[in-house]
Amino acid sequence: MIQVDARGLLCPLPVIELAKAAKGAAPGTELTVTCTDVAARLDVPAWARMTGHTFVGEKETDGGAFALTVRLS
Amino acid sequence: MFLDASGSAPLTKRTIEAFQAGLAEGWADPARLHTESRRSLALLDGARAAFADALGARPEHVHLAPSAHLALERVIAGINAARRGRDRILASAIERDATLHAARHMTAGNVTLLPVDSLGHVDLDRLADELCVPDVALAAVQHGNHEIGTLQRLEAIADLTAAARVPLVVDATATLGHVPAPARWDAVVGNAADWGGPAGLGIVALRPSTRWLPVWPEGDDWAPGGVSVPGTLAAAVALQERLETMATTDARLRAMVDRIRTAAASWPGVDVVGDPDERLPHIVTFSCLYVDGEALLTSLDREGIAVGSGSACTSSTLEPSRVLASIGALSHGNVRLGLHPGVTEAQATRFLEVMPRIVARLREQAGAPAL
Repeated sequence: MIQVDARGLLCPLPVIELAKAAKGAAPGTELTVTCTDVAARLDVPAWARMTGHTFVGEKETDGGAFALTVRLS
Repeated sequence: MFLDASGSAPLTKRTIEAFQAGLAEGWADPARLHTESRRSLALLDGARAAFADALGARPEHVHLAPSAHLALERVIAGINAARRGRDRILASAIERDATLHAARHMTAGNVTLLPVDSLGHVDLDRLADELCVPDVALAAVQHGNHEIGTLQRLEAIADLTAAARVPLVVDATATLGHVPAPARWDAVVGNAADWGGPAGLGIVALRPSTRWLPVWPEGDDWAPGGVSVPGTLAAAVALQERLETMATTDARLRAMVDRIRTAAASWPGVDVVGDPDERLPHIVTFSCLYVDGEALLTSLDREGIAVGSGSACTSSTLEPSRVLASIGALSHGNVRLGLHPGVTEAQATRFLEVMPRIVARLREQAGAPAL
């Protein structure tokens, strides 16, 4: 499980941070990116679809941020 | 080069000449009783007859409004008002803000958004289910979408609304003058600027059977303060010109959009959206992974290329496009092209040369990983 803190970053930076963290990680690894930018809630699932990974789900965290989880293929 | 012709387009020579003739002949207030006024009124009536003809409506059921936005608002408010006892509006999730704002305002928020699939088509089963509840004042569905170009399956939609006796309001503001006018509607709305007329004219047609009540006490129910006579004349001429050249323009722009769609889909990390076949001939939208939409527009503008975008950072609200969100498309790095009839193959070629270079540079600057 890899955590990426992208709170305060605006699009497309949360997705870029997620993609950087995904580089070199083993298949099956779950990555969770925490963001405050609403666009990331659309763009993380879209990133997973476009890059062949799996979007697992979204959870609202304390302080109004969103934790978005993907599983690497 | 201007590749953002969705909602506005350069005026042709013929349209500008019509506007100038309108200024010379149609300067008087059409509501008065003298000869000058009657001349203005005759110009408006001639334009109205041309719109009626294009829409398959009767001239007395065609109304002019000072903007397409106001036209949508008045149609929704007035049909809703005539449907007493029914207090819910159905609208596709990708309708224009003007439609949704009016619907929410008139129903105190009692609006059900109909989901669309990944290509932008309304979920017909959901529409049928919602129409089973006898509280629906009207259904609002676009003819075609202004951002992704997808054309709705209006025949099937109108079959459902007609069977439920619910008025169907069709927003044709992105389609009139580009593809044949929709045949199935109880009310239809068009935007003159979108088909290459001057900005500042919305048109509405109602069926004789469509009940509509004025909601505002302003005398002229559709155009408080009136519409521009020269603008309306020029809009009718622009529409006429588009209709005369529709077949050849459609074939040329459709092929150009196909070329752009194919090229964009071959670039790494690019998501081309909208229905590839059931679509408007002139609109193409795609999103580029790891690219800031605002930087993309600015870079293209520096190259002399004007495009649109649905990315959050390019919008006044900093919210990503509701249309892109509804179809599950990538919302950042979004480019939306609207091709007007004057766009050349050479311009499309230049766009296709410049675009991947800018995307690569912006990705590098943002420190994005390789795709």
